[in-house]
Amino acid sequence: MRAGPVFESPRLWLALVPAAAWLVLFFVVPLSIVALISFLRAGAPVEWVIDVGGYARLADPLHVTVLLRSVGLAFAAMLLCLIVGYPLAYFIARRPPALRRLLYFMVLVPLWANSLVLIYAWMVLLRPNGVFDQLLHWAGLAGDAPVSMLYTPAAVLLGLVYWYLPFMVYPLYASLEKFDFNLLDAAYDLGASRLTAIRRVLWPLTLPGVAVGCLLVFIQALSAFIVPDLLGGAKSMMLGNLIQQRFLSVPQDWPLGAAVAVALLAVVGAGLVLYYRLQRTQP
Amino acid sequence: MMSTHRVSAGLRLHVVLTYLFLYLPLGVLVLFSFSASRYATVWSGFTLDWYIKLFGNERIAEAFVNSLIVAGGATAIATVFGTAAAFALSRLRFRGRAPMETLVSLPIVMPELVQGIALLLLFALVLPIELGLATITIAHSVFGIAYVAVLVRTRLDGLDPQLEEAARDLGASARQAFFRVTLPLIMPGVIGGALLVFTLSFDDFVIAFFVTGPGASTLPIEIYSMVKRGVTPEINALATLILFGSIALIAAALHLQRRTV
Repeated sequence: MRAGPVFESPRLWLALVPAAAWLVLFFVVPLSIVALISFLRAGAPVEWVIDVGGYARLADPLHVTVLLRSVGLAFAAMLLCLIVGYPLAYFIARRPPALRRLLYFMVLVPLWANSLVLIYAWMVLLRPNGVFDQLLHWAGLAGDAPVSMLYTPAAVLLGLVYWYLPFMVYPLYASLEKFDFNLLDAAYDLGASRLTAIRRVLWPLTLPGVAVGCLLVFIQALSAFIVPDLLGGAKSMMLGNLIQQRFLSVPQDWPLGAAVAVALLAVVGAGLVLYYRLQRTQP
Repeated sequence: MMSTHRVSAGLRLHVVLTYLFLYLPLGVLVLFSFSASRYATVWSGFTLDWYIKLFGNERIAEAFVNSLIVAGGATAIATVFGTAAAFALSRLRFRGRAPMETLVSLPIVMPELVQGIALLLLFALVLPIELGLATITIAHSVFGIAYVAVLVRTRLDGLDPQLEEAARDLGASARQAFFRVTLPLIMPGVIGGALLVFTLSFDDFVIAFFVTGPGASTLPIEIYSMVKRGVTPEINALATLILFGSIALIAAALHLQRRTV
């Protein structure tokens, strides 16, 4: 051949330079600063002395409570998303192709609305004298006092399930769509009950999708910030709020905030490694 | 043969309730944006007052323009840098390519909150850039580069290299082959990526919240402070407009992505 394609030109690496430089300066360096601060002594706001006090203060009962609550809420959100999402994905996967695409598209639409706007909508629904409160009174299910579901851990859980449900349905639907439903009929023909067929045939074969969905929801819910900030109160603070407050509110404690961020990244990182492993083993 | 599948009443109910759950908040917002009541939660006659008030709200107008500036800037940086990086990563074979690819896609999965705090520290401690629209634009361009690079890369990898070689054999210069053959072929990926970045930047609250400065509110930051101040029907009207705007933009991006070579 007379000349190779332009992209085998020896100067092609130049095309990589702007993005690489930009990402190092505005992504790698900032994250390194967070990691560095987690190992400094708390001061006003930090002293340049190596110290692991930030990590030690993670063990403070107050912070352990937030940590456990975050893991608990993220786990509960994951389970609820699975319980709500699996039957939905199954239903969609068994529709004719055109309807299937429409139904799937409809699951994704809320994801594209502005996140603040969606959570604000739940505030309108849940607040005292809000839509649910009025419905309860109208139905005679509540006393005279206004009922508020806002600013409770339950409201945070609801918000998390709402926000992350599409992330669960997406991988579930992908694995259910590939599932050969004739296998279920074969199981029935061989005398299996409906429940047995689902438990022994459908569930094991769609397990990779379940695992991916659970991971996606869990790692995202763990680092949630807006949902607990707007729907939660002081008693439903999560890791994200803790990080934000230790950096921006009094009393400041940058090393603690940075240590929480590093711990969060460690969990997210482990989740991602698992995620890519699963992706690779999926047929 | 299609299996003899019947849907149980229980499953049907579950599906109906789930869609209701997904659409109830959206429906409430749209409905109350046309309600005459000031209390945003009771229906009392149709009105367009909240939309009229919204268009007269100067803070919102300013925040909207700020959001356009930030999203436009971030999209421009992300599209140019991201597309170039995708080219290099798709064609170059070098040691260190794997870590480079990880670096380029990592901002997509990094929790927004951590990115926001980290950039705030960078601007506060190391780089003397005043917090404001410029810092938000930079912050958004970081995840933007990642999305564009991944989307364009997918497009490039699916391209037949013989098309480019044929152009060269027919006498096109390297430059011509690039601008007349390759670029038009990956254009849907580039435009789709740009639209996605624009939408994500326009919608982002968490990162912007940390790297914004005084007087530099984007639309989500303005919505956040409105929500914190209390419920007003103006937010419903604004939310309705944003909802339909985002859906239109994403639908356009998806449409471009699906268009085949």
